[in-house]
Amino acid sequence: MSEKHNHVEEHRDDEASKLGMWLFIFTELLLFGGLFIVYSIFRHEYYQAFRESSLELSVTIGAINTIALLFSSMTVAMALTAMQKNDKKTALIMIGITLLMALVFLVNKYFEWGHKIEHGLYPGSALMPLLDRGHLLYFSLYFFMTGLHAFHIIVGMVLLFICLFKVKNGSIHPEKYALLENGALYWHLVDLIWIFLFPLMYLIS
Amino acid sequence: MSSGTEKVEYVSYLDHQGKYKGILGWIFATDHKRIALLYMYSIAAFFFVGVILGLLMKIELAAPGQTIMKPQTYNGIFTVHGVIMIFMVVIPGLSAVFGNFFLPILIGAKDVSFPKLNRFSWWIFIVGSIMAVASQFLRSGPPDTGWTFYAPYSTTTGTSVILATSAAFVLGFSSILTGLNFIVTIHQLRAPGMKFFNMPLFPWALYATAWIQLLATPIVGITLVMLIAERLFGIGFFDPNLGGDPLLYQHLFWIYSHPAVYVMILPAMGVISEIIPTFTQRKIYGYKAIALSSLAIAGVGFLVWGHHMYTSGMSEQARWFFSLLTFVVAVPSAIKVFNWLATMYKGSIDLKPPFLYALSFIFLFIIGGTTGLLLGSVATNIQVHDTAFVVAHFHYIIFGGMGFAFFAAIHYWSPKIYGRMYDFKRANIAWGIIFVGFNMLYFPQFILGFQGMPRRYFDYLPQFQGGQLVSSIGGFILATGLFLMVRNLVLGARKGEIAPANPWNGSTLEWQIPSPPSLENFDEEPVIKQNPYDYE
Repeated sequence: MSEKHNHVEEHRDDEASKLGMWLFIFTELLLFGGLFIVYSIFRHEYYQAFRESSLELSVTIGAINTIALLFSSMTVAMALTAMQKNDKKTALIMIGITLLMALVFLVNKYFEWGHKIEHGLYPGSALMPLLDRGHLLYFSLYFFMTGLHAFHIIVGMVLLFICLFKVKNGSIHPEKYALLENGALYWHLVDLIWIFLFPLMYLIS
Repeated sequence: MSSGTEKVEYVSYLDHQGKYKGILGWIFATDHKRIALLYMYSIAAFFFVGVILGLLMKIELAAPGQTIMKPQTYNGIFTVHGVIMIFMVVIPGLSAVFGNFFLPILIGAKDVSFPKLNRFSWWIFIVGSIMAVASQFLRSGPPDTGWTFYAPYSTTTGTSVILATSAAFVLGFSSILTGLNFIVTIHQLRAPGMKFFNMPLFPWALYATAWIQLLATPIVGITLVMLIAERLFGIGFFDPNLGGDPLLYQHLFWIYSHPAVYVMILPAMGVISEIIPTFTQRKIYGYKAIALSSLAIAGVGFLVWGHHMYTSGMSEQARWFFSLLTFVVAVPSAIKVFNWLATMYKGSIDLKPPFLYALSFIFLFIIGGTTGLLLGSVATNIQVHDTAFVVAHFHYIIFGGMGFAFFAAIHYWSPKIYGRMYDFKRANIAWGIIFVGFNMLYFPQFILGFQGMPRRYFDYLPQFQGGQLVSSIGGFILATGLFLMVRNLVLGARKGEIAPANPWNGSTLEWQIPSPPSLENFDEEPVIKQNPYDYE
């Protein structure tokens, strides 16, 4: 049963905010779940084209990004543990590294996308309608899914930035770290989705 | 517990002076009761916009041929009527208004778990609503796809589909956050001693609803985003000319939109389960069965979406399977109906306005539900698919079900909300007019549909004239009744007699506190009874 609190405005319940975050993560998973369904249906229908198109992507860049995100998931977890152990300095460094890894991911993505856009392979380009249907759908899905994922990376970065400042000015402290915990949970979600995107987009050939 | 008016420090939530004054004290309120009223006033406003659009359609259909508007205008009007009524009225309706107001009180809490998130949900609800209404007035013309936005037409029509779908997306987000808030509230904030199976049945229904809102809405969200991307960039997710699959759109759409039907009806069933024990002064029959059937409806409801698509080109196996599941989902609904009837048996029935609405809910819901089975079986569906029969069916469920439950709820709880009582005689007259008007409006459409009158048609053959005219007249009778009902409620809330804390001799927690409640609902720890409906 829940703890009692004196006033609505002073209300605080860390258990509740964690539960809320988990529920929100469910909705995010279903959001991407819808896209994964669409992906699997079209991949089934245009199997050959999907294989060929995936050869256009650089597995190296994708792998680097995967490692960057996995590493950042580890550092954000370390930041949380450091906070729980009242080691503010380590926590700050670890959040910093997480943000740096996120930036590495985005810069990589920028070059990757830039490369495709140079070749006219982007939704709405003059070239795209000339491709056959399977290739068109593959690249559309590629931009749509990685784009939505990149948007989540940015949201996650904003969240972690806020955590960074709050750790610095002491409003996140070893007795009150629910926000950092939720930020870390969200970051793991972003990482998890990429773990699925990477093989589906890059490794199917 | 003593009556709160004797206490010195008692200030009702309506008079409470917070950080902000006047209207800002409402817009920036985090109190669940004020947010509930904000929802109620905005939803009522949108409801009357929807009613007016509906009446315009009824005037147009009163005679064959063009009566008052052009065909394209008609297309826009039925689309915006649908979008407003579905996304802005019936989906948020009961859970955002009465759920917000009474969920915390019924479980003995001071507020929901995330009051600020609750306020944010209302804000984005308003943003989404403004977008939806605005789509009607843009230069490119109102969307003309129907509220379902079926591809590929929705990806190619020149009207403002993007704004309307974005509006639906934003409204969906609001719905998700409300659901999330309720789930956490029910898990975390139940008063000491209130176990899950001591909860009243309205919170149970809200709990099942919240899970649907949470798990189904993201799917339609991403589908609408795909639709928007398709329009903007010519991606062919759904357009067969671009390699896409229009059936895929229908699947993704109904994976959300069928469970959404249960978002509408489950809280309505919850309200009815509260009202019936109070007005029969009897312990509810089959408490656990009613509570668990809500979860069963929510669960099975996720698996029946295909019955919207029997004629769209699905395999034979898929059709009979969806048909089977559709029949299965009718079972828990029937369990509820039988339990309500059993509760009334040998009860001391008191025919007050809330109970009249609750009874007519059961009557209309049975008609709507059994005609749903006709639509759920593949063979009969093919005869009546996309006809006025479908229109009649879902209005019986949504308006006759959710709408009448909303009216029941407002008549039941308005003395608690405002601390004043409305006039019973006028309420009964308004109920009679609404009930007659409703049946005149929608029942002929069952017959018209059977005879072959398609839905969403601007014109019709002369043989349908009689039924259409009766239906149109019914529409105006219904609107008159609605007007009288609202007038009576407003008069009651403003000038009615002061209501006692427990006017109906109800047994649940909201009747143990003063009317209107204070800011924090409970001054002392509420006492939890083993069973919430204990009249012995």
